[in-house]
Amino acid sequence: MSDVGGVWVYAEERAGSLRPVSLEILGRARAVADALGTRLVALTFGSEEATARDLARYGSDEVVAVEHPLLGRYDTRLYTDLLEREVRAGDPSVLLLGATRDGQDLAGRLAVRLRTGLTAHVTSLEVDPEKRLVGWVPGFGGGIEAGIVCPTHRPAIVTVRPGVFPMPLPVSMPCEVRWVRPSLDPSQLGSQRVSFEPKGTGVDLTRSEVLVVGGRGTSGDFDRLQKLAHRLGGEVGATRVATDSGWVERDRMIGQTGVVTHPKVAVILGASGAVQFTVGIEKAGFVIAVNRDPDAPIFDSADLGLVGDLGPIVDRLVRQLGEA
Amino acid sequence: MQSVVCLKVVPRPEEVRVDLEKKTLDRSGVRSVINPADLSALEMALALRDKHGGRVTLLSMGPPSFEPYLRVGIAVGADDAVLLSDRAFGGADTLATSYTLSEGVRTIGGVDLVLCGDESSDGGTSQVPQGIAEWLGCSQATYVDRADRTSDGLLRVRRVLEDGTETIEMPFPAVVSVLGGTGEPRFIDYDRWAMAQQATVHVIDAAALGADPKLLGLKGSPTVVAGLREVRKPGRRHEVVTLEPEAAAARVAQELRRLGLVPEKEPSAPT
Repeated sequence: MSDVGGVWVYAEERAGSLRPVSLEILGRARAVADALGTRLVALTFGSEEATARDLARYGSDEVVAVEHPLLGRYDTRLYTDLLEREVRAGDPSVLLLGATRDGQDLAGRLAVRLRTGLTAHVTSLEVDPEKRLVGWVPGFGGGIEAGIVCPTHRPAIVTVRPGVFPMPLPVSMPCEVRWVRPSLDPSQLGSQRVSFEPKGTGVDLTRSEVLVVGGRGTSGDFDRLQKLAHRLGGEVGATRVATDSGWVERDRMIGQTGVVTHPKVAVILGASGAVQFTVGIEKAGFVIAVNRDPDAPIFDSADLGLVGDLGPIVDRLVRQLGEA
Repeated sequence: MQSVVCLKVVPRPEEVRVDLEKKTLDRSGVRSVINPADLSALEMALALRDKHGGRVTLLSMGPPSFEPYLRVGIAVGADDAVLLSDRAFGGADTLATSYTLSEGVRTIGGVDLVLCGDESSDGGTSQVPQGIAEWLGCSQATYVDRADRTSDGLLRVRRVLEDGTETIEMPFPAVVSVLGGTGEPRFIDYDRWAMAQQATVHVIDAAALGADPKLLGLKGSPTVVAGLREVRKPGRRHEVVTLEPEAAAARVAQELRRLGLVPEKEPSAPT
């Protein structure tokens, strides 16, 4: 694999600042670029001057900042066209993107545009002795992960969920910022925005020290979990089943397609322990699991496992903690 | 409005066991389900049909054993179903899968809107809907929880993002990925269930699809599995006990206090 074009990271800008996941990826991508003996390029669209300068502090050899007022909002068609143009001109061997909503929208479209391979939601990135990038992805059922390579097409496109890699520290290292100022007009947009309603829980589980996490076994009774989380000054998280069922907001999903968390303690209630979920808690300091089924795989991921019905246990726990 | 809903049949993840010696997955005896997010996509398509008329066609790719699941989709309310089934489709990654499904959409013909679940509960790549849109060269919107046709004939969708929701408009035809958990799947009544048993599921093989064989299945998949390995799990204590609720709660409280994670006083109620 020739590596003249290097390893590229698409750094996502949102409301004038960089998404943390983009910096997390840059930290890991530096090691990947070094192992491949190639350069690291961070690419960003939208691009206020300050953002590009900030991006330049995270270890890339070059920052490419594509700037235009129309890039202030993510648009599938415009962003795909521009990223395609940059990739075809620069010919990177690897392109990494954060698996945010917009990041995935872009990655999936671009991979087909470029007729290349995409590995989604990797939990680790390695370079093998043949100097191929291997993206590891957990398989269902538990216990196994698959190493995916993209040997005959380039770039190998890879997406990474928030929290998978640690946030790097800024470094002082020379980094060239190259500004690209394309001439664009609104006819190049694929969509028009009618409105935007900011919301949200604004919750970021990757920063929580205490997590109380519910799965199928909660049968949707998250009030109880909320009480416990509140008492412990923590946040409520959930498995995919729980968010798919609409029991809690999607941004509380933990695991391969949610977030990878690093709490001091995770209390896991009524989750079976599928590997897509457990990858999201394996960086927890201490894991407590409650499940009715003594053979539930979740106990393989727990420091302390309690076999029993979660309702009575949680209620009594809240009461006992209240006596502090 | 002519809609296609892509349905994937997935194994129940909790029933798949791993043979760590052979590093293989044991799927024998594992029951399957329609991918839950795809049912949300189906419900959205049916609601649009209720409002604007038209047809809803189910599209799936897989072995003939998927047929009964497509009948469930017909019983829920779809008008008909197409199953793309051929060994040549096997081993497909997201590039080949999205190509094959896009060819299925072309074969159905005259399609205004393709709806998919936002991700599958097994593969979970969330990339296929965008891929279908690119192969078809049409509009796309991902993570959608509302969709409608405007009086100007545009597709208006609401996308659910990390920091809010955006409402955008785009021309048809389009592919949308529907956020799992959106909408309540409708009740299957007996008449529809009985009718669905008699319905024809149109099975289309690679030759009938007329697709480029180089782009199908394993051959059309740039990504390759280079290896399998055990997930490195962190060393855990693995202490599993069965206790009465009061004692179990005390045991958890003890650990939480030991870890210094129990604030002295209950914090004030959130405002």
